[in-house]
Amino acid sequence: MPTADAFLEVTDLKTHFPIEKGFLVKKRVGTVKAVDGIDLTLAQGEVLGLVGESGCGKSTLGRTILQLIPPTEGTVVLAGRNLAGLRGGDLRRARADFQMIFQDPYASLNPRMTVYDTLAEAISTHKNIPRGEMPRRVSELLSRVGLSPRFIRKYPHEFSGGQRQRIAIARALAVEPKLIIADEPVSALDVSIQAQIINLLIKLTREMGLTMIFISHDLSVVKHISDRIAVMYLGRIVEIGPSVEVFEKPLHPYTKALVSAVPIPDPARERHRKRIILSGDPPSPVNPPMGCTFHPRCPYMIEECRAAYPPFVDYTPGRRATCIRLHEINPPA
Amino acid sequence: MLELEAVKQAKALESATPETAEAGSSLWRDAWHRLLKNKLSVVGGVIVIIVTLLCAFAGVIAPDPNSQDLALYASAPSHAHWFGTDTLGRDLFARVLFGGRISLAVGMVATLVALCIGVVYGTISGYYGGNVDAVMMRIVDIIYALPFTIFVILLSVFFNNDETRARINHVIHATGLKFSLGSEFNIVLLFAAIGAVEWLTMARIVRGQVRSLRKMDFVEAAEALGIRPQRIIFRHMIPNVLGPIIVYTTLTIPSVMLLEAFLSFLGLGVQPPNASWGVLIGEGAKSMEEFPWLLTYPGLALSITLFSFNFLGDGLRDALDPRASKD
Ligand SMILES: Nc1ncnc2c1ncn2[C@@H]1O[C@H](COP(=O)(O)OP(=O)(O)OP(=O)(O)O)[C@@H](O)[C@H]1O
Ligand SMILES: [Mg+2]
Repeated sequence: MPTADAFLEVTDLKTHFPIEKGFLVKKRVGTVKAVDGIDLTLAQGEVLGLVGESGCGKSTLGRTILQLIPPTEGTVVLAGRNLAGLRGGDLRRARADFQMIFQDPYASLNPRMTVYDTLAEAISTHKNIPRGEMPRRVSELLSRVGLSPRFIRKYPHEFSGGQRQRIAIARALAVEPKLIIADEPVSALDVSIQAQIINLLIKLTREMGLTMIFISHDLSVVKHISDRIAVMYLGRIVEIGPSVEVFEKPLHPYTKALVSAVPIPDPARERHRKRIILSGDPPSPVNPPMGCTFHPRCPYMIEECRAAYPPFVDYTPGRRATCIRLHEINPPA
Repeated sequence: MLELEAVKQAKALESATPETAEAGSSLWRDAWHRLLKNKLSVVGGVIVIIVTLLCAFAGVIAPDPNSQDLALYASAPSHAHWFGTDTLGRDLFARVLFGGRISLAVGMVATLVALCIGVVYGTISGYYGGNVDAVMMRIVDIIYALPFTIFVILLSVFFNNDETRARINHVIHATGLKFSLGSEFNIVLLFAAIGAVEWLTMARIVRGQVRSLRKMDFVEAAEALGIRPQRIIFRHMIPNVLGPIIVYTTLTIPSVMLLEAFLSFLGLGVQPPNASWGVLIGEGAKSMEEFPWLLTYPGLALSITLFSFNFLGDGLRDALDPRASKD
């Protein structure tokens, strides 16, 4: 469904990992369908929150969009160019346009390189900067993420988690990307630091007009930063819509359960909050259930749910979910 | 050239960043400080350096190790001959130092050979993974399974007689090459044989390290930036596997030296008139009841050196990987 203002357009993206046995002559004994047919469209400057349980394929989707994992099927078109078709040097050069921020700032920085070395390497990967100018560039980058240039010659282990994540953000910004995928960038940090990093990301995306996919397993984290929210279940998107609306009125039974688990700041309303407890564990992406993959855990399950995977159903403009009973279980107010 | 660029860059950094820029403390420097706190390994390191220097400058310090004086037949340690003399009247102090030269050289060169092969092999295997890795590691397993000692003994027995050497030399000359195998050939053989086995463990260690590094986020981040694979290997991976490599190298030298001593003791390694500590210990053992110093001094030299290398290696392991140490 191409739109006029599509900046990032993901079409029918699939990432399947083969489960192989045997030496040299490998026998394929199964497939992990980590990402199984994703369609997504982002406008320039938009922030999309991607939520879902652990193991539903959020990281794999992010890495596949960024071509860190080759897609099994489908296309990723960024600003008119299909990234999925790029190889070798072409892909390396294209990487200036899209960057990733990783979950664990303790693992995502090379422990043997100073902040200066890390950032200078990132800057010079895609640009020829006169040597004399590099220190100024690095200092600028650091100030942009709220770190003092005084720290330029320090090593990652001399920083706190929050500071490291700022350095990692600076590294991603060094190549002046247009698209950033942040894979749970705050879930490894202290709660007190999380808000600071989220605010920094909000500020940076606005200032630099960045398009961002913000991955989290925690709905309350994406609430503030996202324009829209996409909910993922077992390798597919089950609901997508404007952030506020998804929160106010979740449509898909799975989203309803996720939203019901988020505490409400208002104590009066919190007391009446009804939690929808899902029965059972998320099924394995190796053997997904027939039909709607959510049906074994769904409180609204009917016999037809076993038949086929439901298509997206439009609810209101911009709001869609994959549930055959969408209108039935969400009567208009 | 590269060095120059680094200096230029450092200068630019110096001038552009205010004096307030705090100097960082690299992991190498931290490890160095931890190493200095470990008394035993410092002592080990100092002894290793002293022994190496003594052996390297043996020609200046000691008399000729091969000059015989039958009047001095097995004389006990004295002012003139600190370690005494052997049954051919040769100065034992000189023989220990010159023997140490060969022992250390075998230890270091064979380790260096093992290091080069092991690091390259292990890095390729770990970096590419998949079938490349499977085949390369299976080859390592197969060589591992060969009965190495028997292999070396066979090689030694085969190459270690003058007729075989003469026959091989004949073939070499027939092909027009102007070189022939001398009696030192045995030492070369020893390097090759030991090196050929020691690289296996190095390759396994490096491959394991590289594989776990490949999954590290900072390597993926480098890939995501669009950095070239060669640069990722040299800037991001090798510096991070250097620690275990240094430790293993330090611990391989003494184990190679011990192996050399063992083979030479059996008469399969270094051949007289060349001497190594193993040869000297072997000779000393023959007359240990009458002339105990002939066994004591070479034995002490070997044990002290091996202990020192091991203490240094253990200290390096604790210093370079504080998480792996016991406390
Ligand atoms: N390289 C791989 N080979 C095989 N299976 C994989 C691989 N990477 C991921 N998977 C599988 O794909 C599924 C999705 O993994 P993924 O890491 O994308 O989930 P996630 O939503 O990011 O989870 P989390 O919240 O724990 O980060 C999991 O079942 C995982 O085991
Ligand atoms: Mg993840």
